[in-house]
Amino acid sequence: MLKKLFARQETLVGITLLGLCLLIGFINPIFWTPGNWFDLARSATVTGIFAIGVLIVLISGGIDVSFTAIAVFSMYTTTVIMKNIGFEGGMFAFFLMSAAIGGMLGLINAFFIARFRLPTLIVTLGTQSLFRGFLLFVIGSKIIRDLPPGMAAYSNAFLFTVTDERGITVGLHSAVLFLVAVAILAQFILRYTMLGRSIYAMGGSREAAERAGFDIPRTQVFIYVFVGLLAGLAGMIYGGLNRQANAQDIVGQELDVIAATVLGGASIAGGRGTVIGTLLGVMLVTVLSNSLILMGIPSTWQRVVIGAIIIIGTAVPTIRTLRSSRRANVEIEPVPVEQRA
Amino acid sequence: MSAPEVSYKPAPRIQFVVDGNLLRLLIACVAIFVVMSLLRPNVFPTVENFLSMGSQFPEIGILAIAIMITMLTGGIDLSVVSTANLAGVLAAMVIRALIPADAPEGQVVVGLAIAIAVAFVTGALAGLFNGLLVAYVNLTPILATLGTMTLYTGLTVAMTRGNAVFAENRLTFIGTSNVLGVIPIPLVIFVVVVAIFAVILNRTPFGLKLYMIGSNVKAARFSGINVRQVLLMTYMLSGLLSAVVAIIFLGRNNSAKWDFAPSYVLQAIVVAVLAGVNPNGGSGRIAGIVLAILALQFVSTGMNMLLFTISGGQFFKEFAWGALLLIIMVANSYSEQRRLAPRRRSREDSESTAQNPSGE
Repeated sequence: MLKKLFARQETLVGITLLGLCLLIGFINPIFWTPGNWFDLARSATVTGIFAIGVLIVLISGGIDVSFTAIAVFSMYTTTVIMKNIGFEGGMFAFFLMSAAIGGMLGLINAFFIARFRLPTLIVTLGTQSLFRGFLLFVIGSKIIRDLPPGMAAYSNAFLFTVTDERGITVGLHSAVLFLVAVAILAQFILRYTMLGRSIYAMGGSREAAERAGFDIPRTQVFIYVFVGLLAGLAGMIYGGLNRQANAQDIVGQELDVIAATVLGGASIAGGRGTVIGTLLGVMLVTVLSNSLILMGIPSTWQRVVIGAIIIIGTAVPTIRTLRSSRRANVEIEPVPVEQRA
Repeated sequence: MSAPEVSYKPAPRIQFVVDGNLLRLLIACVAIFVVMSLLRPNVFPTVENFLSMGSQFPEIGILAIAIMITMLTGGIDLSVVSTANLAGVLAAMVIRALIPADAPEGQVVVGLAIAIAVAFVTGALAGLFNGLLVAYVNLTPILATLGTMTLYTGLTVAMTRGNAVFAENRLTFIGTSNVLGVIPIPLVIFVVVVAIFAVILNRTPFGLKLYMIGSNVKAARFSGINVRQVLLMTYMLSGLLSAVVAIIFLGRNNSAKWDFAPSYVLQAIVVAVLAGVNPNGGSGRIAGIVLAILALQFVSTGMNMLLFTISGGQFFKEFAWGALLLIIMVANSYSEQRRLAPRRRSREDSESTAQNPSGE
């Protein structure tokens, strides 16, 4: 039982995260202040929502690099529309509209993937430049700083605030609730519904899932629309938190998000991955990139550390599964001809 | 996966098979060219325009070949641009260190030779590390090179503290001067790279092994191919090509920086895929790369000419590239379905398996 727990990537990432937190906190006590943790939660929110979308795609055996383009498209378009109609209402309507636009763009992905059976990487590469090109060419490419009132107020929508001894007030932003809700929803779908079963099944073996009677195209439509919805939502949160709508933002982060998801134990070959692992992976990357300065490491080394973590984090489980599969059935490694002679 | 197809006919030589994808690409190329020439007869079909286009695409073309060879083995190399930036920064540093402003000509030549050698060694080492991760640690190539992409970029940032490194105008002749008075040097480099890789892929045992590994790793292993060694070589070649791109970058910009041209990675993948390279490995031809890059360049240049008056016109290129990729892929999928449909049906009859025809 305990051994099984320790064999899981999630446990490994969790322990690494805990160790890292203890280390950083030991070097610099500022790490454990509420202000720092509120910052971490804020930075992890958008990445976390993206990552849960990526997780579902990865489990199904696909890969999506277009979600960042969907996010920025939905966020910017929503802002432009709301600005033009002079919308005075609250942020909720922005989220609804942005998620709806994201869902529709996701449907375009789903159309190409399910109808034509095209490789997901290629479709989403194509739609990434399609969406971004359309956004920048047709809708606009300028940064909007003069936001509609509802969106402008959002960056101060704290759940609660704490004033520390130096008199600095810090707050936990309410956006983190979205991450919690999305995580619970994804966990529910993946663990307790037939839809979740079919996502895991098609990631394990598409053919087996088809023969077992799962409707693969319908599952794919759900997956890519759902990812689109999440991307639209996350994009809007991003815009709200940064108090600006920048059409040239967000795209370029997709590989980082995929890396965090994989670090959390999702298999890029499909069929494996959990919500908890993904959240831990996102937290690990966030803590690392936000806390190097607290540890006295120059920020210029940040990428080196993250790159190393990705390589080590993916190498460890690979080596482990390789070893256990060798133990299970001895694989015959033929000696290359040149060496035989 | 499916039942092995038993065929005792000798396989026809790959070169003579009429390749549907190549044909469609050629048609797309010609069609775009004709349309643009009709729309802008005074500027599009001119020698000047051709030379200007010829100096624009070599970097992405060479990166696409780097990605292509890794894709042929069923892998991918996402670290090409970060490798190029790392190699470029190191080469620029060597130039600054070895060639003072008033250096005699001999010293300049030796210095440049060392700088270029440093770039190539860097590219080879970066590729070697990728190859080790893929072939010996058995990492999924997309993850291994995702990690090294971040790692190499990180090293470049750490070495330069995020600043650009200038190459003192020592290599700018590559970006500005021409061979025989008209042909841009980057284009010449591209043609040479294409020629070399056409030979490697079509005429050497190594090329054949690449295709075999991509088609079926197990079969390749059991036919005596040292898969790990071939993979290692492939990723090293990819790193070397990145170094070539690094030199062209330096020639064009006179400087190297960690965050230069990150979008080239995905653009190079688009070129490779448009060229008909199968991302799962085993098929893809160098002629496809040439046609794909030409088609995309025609689209980009043509769009710039048509839309330069409209604000944001330069972004239409991105849209057009994505649309072109999706259209070609859908066309390929249609012809694939038509080609496979009769065969699949007959196989189903004989084996009475319950396989769904695609698209259902």
